[in-house]
Amino acid sequence: MAEQPVSKQSAPSDDPARVAEFEARIARGETIEPKDWMPERYRRQLIRMMSQHAHSEVVGMLPEGNWITRAPSLRRKMALLAKVQDEAGHGLYIYCGTETLGVDRHELVRQLLNGTAKYSSIFNYPTLTWADIGCIGWFVDGAAIVNQTMLAHASYGPYARAMVRICKEENFHKRQGYEIMATLARGTPEQRAMAQDAVNRWWWPSLMMFGPSDTDSANSEELMRWGVKKKSNDELRQRFVNLTVAQAKAIDLTLPDPDLAYDEETENWRFGAIDWDEFWRVVKGDGPCNRERLAARNKAHDEGAWVRAAATAYAAKRERATEAA
Amino acid sequence: MSDERAAGAANGDSQWPLWEVFAQPPKGAPHEHVGSVHAATAEQALENARDVYTRRGEAVSLWVVPSQAITASTPDDMGPFFDPGNDKPYRHPQFYKVPRGVKVF
Repeated sequence: MAEQPVSKQSAPSDDPARVAEFEARIARGETIEPKDWMPERYRRQLIRMMSQHAHSEVVGMLPEGNWITRAPSLRRKMALLAKVQDEAGHGLYIYCGTETLGVDRHELVRQLLNGTAKYSSIFNYPTLTWADIGCIGWFVDGAAIVNQTMLAHASYGPYARAMVRICKEENFHKRQGYEIMATLARGTPEQRAMAQDAVNRWWWPSLMMFGPSDTDSANSEELMRWGVKKKSNDELRQRFVNLTVAQAKAIDLTLPDPDLAYDEETENWRFGAIDWDEFWRVVKGDGPCNRERLAARNKAHDEGAWVRAAATAYAAKRERATEAA
Repeated sequence: MSDERAAGAANGDSQWPLWEVFAQPPKGAPHEHVGSVHAATAEQALENARDVYTRRGEAVSLWVVPSQAITASTPDDMGPFFDPGNDKPYRHPQFYKVPRGVKVF
């Protein structure tokens, strides 16, 4: 039962018969567990995807943490604190799942801190006003729910189970965000304008969260074949748009896309072209806040060093005391 | 493990031993594996497990167990190891016939 990391030495060469057997298991809808044989490429893809996901949860705390001291009421402050704490928990659930693939969290954190790991580009955009916090809950957590609801059926057991846990908690995030937006939208003209401005800035980056279009996604085909993903980036993006249009209408805010139109035939909301140049620019490190986020994460890690050292020293002291007794 | 700790203390960045976490839900269900945490001591593992896995009253009891202390079956055992339980349909009630007239049994 224990999801211990599998030994790093056990990297059998992917002999075709075993791969076929593995793919047959996936096709039967079986769940792959940590000690099961898996193609090396499946393991690597999962480590990449899950660690990026975990890093995103951790970095996601930064733009919101900025606003905890400036939340407009105690109610909002409590909610935001709880949300940011959840994000830390979500990061830990997924790191724990990733470790079952035979990689140390230590190593993953190192890759995040030295800038070699990727995380969701959405967190490289700044949170300029309080409405941005509402918009993140509504759009960013909303988009995450669409993605994670799918991942809760992923073929790798520890990942799927972490997603189930996260999905249960994430609905609170989306609702608190939407409530902030609804409140601002029916407030003073200035508050309304602030809400609309946040929508204008966050809409397109939120659509980019689902990743490149299916035609340009390097990993999608393989991840779908191995049952890690059950839907393509474009399908998920469409689902998010379909859900969000009605929610925006209900609070009388306008999504910044003149091409947004309902297609009777497909029952989808068609939307305009995404600026993929911007997407790749931010992914490659040139977003508005890439450097700031990494610097903040490194600062927090460095400033926590004494806590880790103290806990280690305490454990060593206890061990000595036990040995002496 | 002590070596690991010493190395961690030297660079101020230990990830500590791994502990598996088991939580018992409030309604009398058995403890269930929920995930793992890193911690320097058992007490710290319990506290971390509380913060990570029970933020919404999900548990009335928590167990933490050093991951290394767990002995587990392996997927290769699947056939022979579990075999004895797989070929005994007479251990299930459906194996036995009940006369037609009996509706509630």
